[in-house]
Amino acid sequence: MNILTLFVVIPVLTVIAILFSKDMKQTRLISAIGMGIQLILAGILVYSYLGMRKAGITDEFLFYFDALWFKTLNIHYTIGVDGISVAMIALTSIVVFAGVFASWTVETLHKEFFISLIVLASGVFGFFISLDLFTMFLFYEIAVIPMYLLIGIWGSGPKEYSAMKLTLMLMAGSALLFVAILGIYFYSAPAGGQLTFNLLEIAKNKIPIEMQRFLFPFAFIGFGILGALFPFHTWSPDGHASAPTAVSMLHAGVLMKLGGYGAFRVALYLLPEAAHEQAWIFLILTGISVVYGAFGAIAQKDLKYINAYSSVSHCGLVLFALLMLNQAAMNGAIIQMISHGLMTALFFALIGMIYGRTHTRIVSEMGGLMKIMPFLGVCWVIAGMASLGLPGLSGFVAEMTIFIGSFQHTDTFHRFMTILATTSIVVTAVYILRVVGALLLGPVKNDHFLELEDAKWYERLSTVTLILSIAAIGIAPLWLSDMIGFSLAPMVDKINSVTASIAGIF
Amino acid sequence: MTQGIPLNFFLIISTLMFFIGIFGFLTRRNLITMLMSIELILNAVNINFVVFNKYLYPQQLHGLFFSLIIIAVAAAEAAVAIAIIINIYRNFKSIDVDNVDEMKY
Amino acid sequence: MVNYAYTLLIPLIPLAVFLFLGLTGHKYKPIVSGIIGTLGLGIGAILSYATAISYFFVNHVDGTKLESIKAFEIPWLHITENLTISLGSLIDPISVMMLVVITTVSLMVHIYSIGYMKGEKGYHRFFAFLSLFTFSMLGLVMATNIFQMYIFWELVGLSSYLLIGFYYTKPSAVAASKKAFIVTRFADLGFLIGILMLSFFTQTFDFQTLTNPNGPAIANNYGTGFMGLSLITWALLFIFMGGAGKSAMFPLHIWLPDAMEGPTPVSALIHAATMVVAGVYLVARLFPVYALTGGDALHVVAWVGGFSSLFAAVIACTQTDIKRVLAYSTMSQIGYMMLALGVSGYGGHDGLGFMAANFHLFTHAMFKALLFLGAGAVIHAVHSNEMGDMGGLRKYLPITHITFLIACLTIAGVPPFSGFWSKDEILVAAWHHDKVLFIIEFLVAGLTAFYMFRLYYNIFWNKDTHYHHTPHESPLVMTIPLMILAFGAVVSGFLPFHKMVTSDGMAIESHIDFAVAIPSVLIGLIGIAVATVMYRKPGSLPDKIAGTFKNFYKWAYHKFYMDEVYLFVTKKIIFRYISAPLAWFDRHVVDASMNGIANTVDATSKSVRGFQSGRIQQYGYVFVVGAILLVLLFIYIF
Repeated sequence: MNILTLFVVIPVLTVIAILFSKDMKQTRLISAIGMGIQLILAGILVYSYLGMRKAGITDEFLFYFDALWFKTLNIHYTIGVDGISVAMIALTSIVVFAGVFASWTVETLHKEFFISLIVLASGVFGFFISLDLFTMFLFYEIAVIPMYLLIGIWGSGPKEYSAMKLTLMLMAGSALLFVAILGIYFYSAPAGGQLTFNLLEIAKNKIPIEMQRFLFPFAFIGFGILGALFPFHTWSPDGHASAPTAVSMLHAGVLMKLGGYGAFRVALYLLPEAAHEQAWIFLILTGISVVYGAFGAIAQKDLKYINAYSSVSHCGLVLFALLMLNQAAMNGAIIQMISHGLMTALFFALIGMIYGRTHTRIVSEMGGLMKIMPFLGVCWVIAGMASLGLPGLSGFVAEMTIFIGSFQHTDTFHRFMTILATTSIVVTAVYILRVVGALLLGPVKNDHFLELEDAKWYERLSTVTLILSIAAIGIAPLWLSDMIGFSLAPMVDKINSVTASIAGIF
Repeated sequence: MTQGIPLNFFLIISTLMFFIGIFGFLTRRNLITMLMSIELILNAVNINFVVFNKYLYPQQLHGLFFSLIIIAVAAAEAAVAIAIIINIYRNFKSIDVDNVDEMKY
Repeated sequence: MVNYAYTLLIPLIPLAVFLFLGLTGHKYKPIVSGIIGTLGLGIGAILSYATAISYFFVNHVDGTKLESIKAFEIPWLHITENLTISLGSLIDPISVMMLVVITTVSLMVHIYSIGYMKGEKGYHRFFAFLSLFTFSMLGLVMATNIFQMYIFWELVGLSSYLLIGFYYTKPSAVAASKKAFIVTRFADLGFLIGILMLSFFTQTFDFQTLTNPNGPAIANNYGTGFMGLSLITWALLFIFMGGAGKSAMFPLHIWLPDAMEGPTPVSALIHAATMVVAGVYLVARLFPVYALTGGDALHVVAWVGGFSSLFAAVIACTQTDIKRVLAYSTMSQIGYMMLALGVSGYGGHDGLGFMAANFHLFTHAMFKALLFLGAGAVIHAVHSNEMGDMGGLRKYLPITHITFLIACLTIAGVPPFSGFWSKDEILVAAWHHDKVLFIIEFLVAGLTAFYMFRLYYNIFWNKDTHYHHTPHESPLVMTIPLMILAFGAVVSGFLPFHKMVTSDGMAIESHIDFAVAIPSVLIGLIGIAVATVMYRKPGSLPDKIAGTFKNFYKWAYHKFYMDEVYLFVTKKIIFRYISAPLAWFDRHVVDASMNGIANTVDATSKSVRGFQSGRIQQYGYVFVVGAILLVLLFIYIF
């Protein structure tokens, strides 16, 4: 069997195995084993991918597999990976693995919880391996739906409201997306040719410019909603605040990346002319996201809200860099997706662990936790440093690639926007340090906290996995950057081959 | 024996039964009465089947078979319905349809 | 060509020590971490000295140019075809000089801390952080390209943050560490923007390419870009902003006095001798670009430096916390160095200022580290930072007293101590360039002597304070570093800097200009004399003088209210008028409009949901009526 199909099959098998489990211990053990296998598999995939590249195979997509699925509409199950999807798959498997351990103590309806979680994961994996728009969309929906249950049942606070809001907004996004996908489908082949959902086939055909102009906003906003594009980001604070730990991790860590990834694969890659024409509008919106999210985070009081707004800012940067439409910035965007996925997952895991102990997430009610739980404290500081872009951790690599790449743009408007975006690094430092100071340092405010324990083994496993990944990217980014860059180059060339016909506003 | 009775009489009876059944089904709130009304409707149909069979195709038995099937189905249906009604009664201490609105948003 | 690849070990050893102590330090006895840290640094120091001797003396022929050598370089991240971030080590006069400064001071601080930090909680953590700092600082000075410098620049900021906040249960330390990080981070934003602009125009990060007089940075003609200055000048100004933040130049200096919340050895290492001169080092590193692209940026550097040195010196005269006095004195001395760079030209005797700045950097590192460590010994003895709690300590702390006096004489510019030589060169350079700046610096020299001796007398003479515990001299492990540094402060003035560190690598002539030297020594002596009169014995004279300049004294005492201005801007304006309204806007406008859409749908559906009553009988009724109507319709039609 194709190794990629295994990424969908293993979660399904895990789900079936969970059905037969007897109690919570078995359930979580099965989930951990299943996701552990998935992690190993991802490692094998990265290794064999790099091996094949080293061997000189220059196909755009490796492990390509195609099976006809629905003949009348020419829907295929087409899968294949390039450097970008390999990186995203690796990210997903790490985050899901850490997520399972972060939800080690879920007791209510544990079977259902882990089943939903793993179904969600399988949807995400499916999304990243698909090369057929329809299959891609299908997996996207599979990933979004369990979110509703996970937040609505296992969440906290106004969970029904948040779950409903999140699902509705994401569904609105998929509605827009579906319009775009169908639009692309009907122009996917020259007149009289066989219509197709296959990305690679569509990319060969030039969709008429009028149609692109019409479809681009649908596609970009559709994916943008998932990527927390201003002003469609408001599901993110509420949703994240209500979601249980593992779900926040998965959602901010992986699901929001579907937005950036999809925007790149579908909106920019298939509709390049429109992308060039309309980029400036979205560049402004994402620029707002970046700065606005960061400023918004300063004024928040709840840890999860702070991190949710910080995600808005960081994910805004992903879309921002994608819209720069040049190799370096886009490379940075992909690295930023991975980096943000890891560090935000770490953040949410830590918030969950701290909340599980202190039973509060309000910053002003805590203090001095570093003394009580040094392990979690140190992890928090590392996560914070990654978030504010400290060298040696992944955030720095991503942000600097984006900033330098974006600033290479010959257009003054783009360079100006870049400088605007760079100001976020200061604001980020402000809110991160504010939280570190109020949460971990200073005197212990609440005497009850003195009895709290430091991290358990499963929590350590979860956080250490993430920290190691963050540090690995931060210290030796070259292999990752080159892996992504190699696959990115032909796509960027294709996107930029059309610039001649574009008369920009600026 | 039936020669003297015109077809219309049977039809009038069955139509009356049918509409009495419909009326009962729509107006009664008691589940048992509603079930009885449904039985009335079914029987009205049975009469039609038998009568048309007799008057139009006296040599054939299709209409009779149909009414037999309907009687069998009605019996099964009554059994199931009464079982449901008994369960509803146990849970709600009432068999008024308007009280059974647990599933309603 | 000598292979200097082994210099790579100099930063890597502290890194290894950091990882080792950070991960496993808590398992050993505290003293073990101190010894491991010190040993690691000792090896690093030996390697640095070996490098310095080999570079300046053994492998250098007199009269030839000191080449800049790229000893080692690996690519770290490819960004575009031209722009690659590399990590490596660059060996040239200033980096070798900095290696010596950093490893020496750091080694002294390590040894000193073994005694100073005894019994503190988190002993291994302290040494781990010290090693992290040393690693970052060494990486910074050895950077082969501007981006590597930025990377380590940030790491230095982190270690500074961690060390200032070392006593993390103390709210004031937490606040100070946060302030230091954020203020320097803000400055780093400028640095980053500067790098972006510079790399955009020159398509390179590499220092050797950038500073090559025929290279793209200098040879390109940029013309007038924005507001009358060329774009490269803007880039250089932004970069200088980063340097000004790290080096606590006005108006980004506000974090430095607060940073004194950290343990005293940290103040000596980071906030006196090494990290705070990173800004000077940055300008020195890019000096050819600054000097050969119009020099507009250099004027700003000179004036910022000159103003900061005067500003800080005035404040230093009024402070009563001994570490704060030293902090402002540091700021003032760095102002000197910046000014020296600012008044310098490129090449030949024009480059005197460049040489003087680095010379002063070197001597300052010695005497300021000595002052801080001496202050640390005093604080160790009396458990207070306030001058009011001290007095008459010369009897109890003889070694500290003598070394402190040497340091004070050095900084006051009394010959033949090293401070005299370096300060004299700066004054000469300023004299040739700009008379106004010269007068400012001349005044500052007097003020420096005054406030240093005010400090000295208040600690060691003045009233005979009665102490609860009799203060006693620190253990040898603390006094030996003091003595070594005192030795350094005395002799480092005789190093032939004019042959070693010059703007273009060629040796220049150096001689004492008596027209400048004699007045500068005189004003130093006057400062000392005034301080002696005022503070040697307890008396009411200082209060009277303070009373005469009541308002000015009050302003200076409150540091000209700079902190309040910043607090006003951040808390009152940014937080209240930007951040909080944005959060409100997000909740009540953006989110509300999303909810509004949902509510509209909800209301519509509520109004039509009556049709779906859930009553079978109602459905049946509608069905039957509908059926009847249809039947009637058909009957009517046919």
